[in-house]
Amino acid sequence: MIEERFDAIVIGAGMAGNAAAHTMASRGLKVLQLERGEYPGSKNVQGAILYADMVEKIIPNFREEAPLERHLVEQRFWMMGDRSHTAIQYRNDDFNEDKPNRYTIVRSQFDRWFSKEVQAQGAIVICETTVMELVSDAYGKVIGVRTDRRGGTIFADVVVLCEGVNGLLGTRAGLRPSPKPEHVALAVKEMHFLPRETIEARFNLHGDEGVVVEAAGVISKGMTGMGFVYTNKESISVGMGCLVSDFAENKDTPYGLLEAFKNHPSIKPLLEGSEVKEYAAHLIPEGGYNTIPELFGDGWVVCGDAAQLNNAIHREGSNLALTSGRLAGEAIFQIKSRKDAMTKQNLALYKKLLDDSFVMKDLKKYKDMPALLHANSQNYFLAYPQLVSKAMENFLRVDGTPKLDKEKATIGAFIKERKWSGLFGDAWKLARAWR
Amino acid sequence: MSLAARVEEKLYQNRYLVDAGKPHIAIRPHEKPSENLLAMTHICPAGCYSETSSGQVEITPDGCLECGTCRVLCEASGDITWNYPRGGFGVLFKFG
Repeated sequence: MIEERFDAIVIGAGMAGNAAAHTMASRGLKVLQLERGEYPGSKNVQGAILYADMVEKIIPNFREEAPLERHLVEQRFWMMGDRSHTAIQYRNDDFNEDKPNRYTIVRSQFDRWFSKEVQAQGAIVICETTVMELVSDAYGKVIGVRTDRRGGTIFADVVVLCEGVNGLLGTRAGLRPSPKPEHVALAVKEMHFLPRETIEARFNLHGDEGVVVEAAGVISKGMTGMGFVYTNKESISVGMGCLVSDFAENKDTPYGLLEAFKNHPSIKPLLEGSEVKEYAAHLIPEGGYNTIPELFGDGWVVCGDAAQLNNAIHREGSNLALTSGRLAGEAIFQIKSRKDAMTKQNLALYKKLLDDSFVMKDLKKYKDMPALLHANSQNYFLAYPQLVSKAMENFLRVDGTPKLDKEKATIGAFIKERKWSGLFGDAWKLARAWR
Repeated sequence: MSLAARVEEKLYQNRYLVDAGKPHIAIRPHEKPSENLLAMTHICPAGCYSETSSGQVEITPDGCLECGTCRVLCEASGDITWNYPRGGFGVLFKFG
């Protein structure tokens, strides 16, 4: 379909793909970007929170144009009991700054805008095109892609794989393994629409201020997982995710779990009267540092979710995708400007840039967390939240029982559940993995 | 209160362009489903997988959300073959 040869072909128009395509096109490279959706964003699902710094590095004045929902002034962490929640809430008026740090977004709208910016830099973006396979030369170097369009083989010096967590191309070509059930979480999400005044009143917000609620505890029924509630301008994103391996063992359905979360007495009043307009599902790479595949080879690099670049502890994914896409673009531009070939040896520059960035440093810091949380999910996600809830109830309910007896009952409940050795062991393991 | 009925209600909110006659996921014919294939009858977030009266697992991928959960659980063992729908087809998220 296209006779000309490109400097780079980017697969996918999500955060990583748009970052890579923008970076390369704005530096004058000839870029083709292929997207299987009807429009950029139509296949993309996220919570979604956007981190300004990582977008700013690509489009400095994005705040003036991009479709943003609310800037975040408050974060709530809720540890859920059966009918209770124990909260840590942080709100800071300084987050009402000229250039806020975090926003909620509606992914398909943001991606559509981002893609227009990419096209404005001169990249060619073709939608409704599924890439079927990578094309290699006799020496195994990737030299192009074959699409599902007629005569659809296109050639380029390098292919940038930004195909998402469930990317077929890289795995089919043997460049990386498919994700394992214990390394990906399945999240389901609904968009609940309400008048903006209602949202602002319920969440104590003024104007475009926003709130994030992250919830863990009995809602995941002992599985490694979390729920979330994010405020947008006129909608609320509500979701729930757990590891696929845990779902496989547990007999719950993801939508059943989401229904239970929505009906929890702490969540239900926030959503009352809303109109649901979409239901989505998505996998989230949760394996962390130890599951990052080979990131580059002869004629190819891989970025974002496809490379398992996601920080599950901090719920950061899109910014790792944006950064890896940008750094891949910068590395390719540097190699191209030296008139060097897109060999594995030269593309190692991408890995070097990524190693020097927060992306790899953060993932390395938490490398032991995914396995720890998975192995101890019954304790961390079920037993402790229930104990904490009981302890809070003991503390707050005034019923004539002497306080010393209440304290003994609370401590006794913890020891009965986990013994002293278990309690110290769990705390020690958590602290060590956090370090 | 049937959860199966409720997931259909949820999918009803979504926009799809179904590639009629070209299902993108297929199940290998089997006598008895593997444990992972059977698990799909409750894990699939779109409720695409169901158990027949004779104990096999069948799929109707029209409501598929293209998350890839079944691929992660069932592709390696050969229980299913998984492809993305043709360009432009499948689920079309308005919000994502």
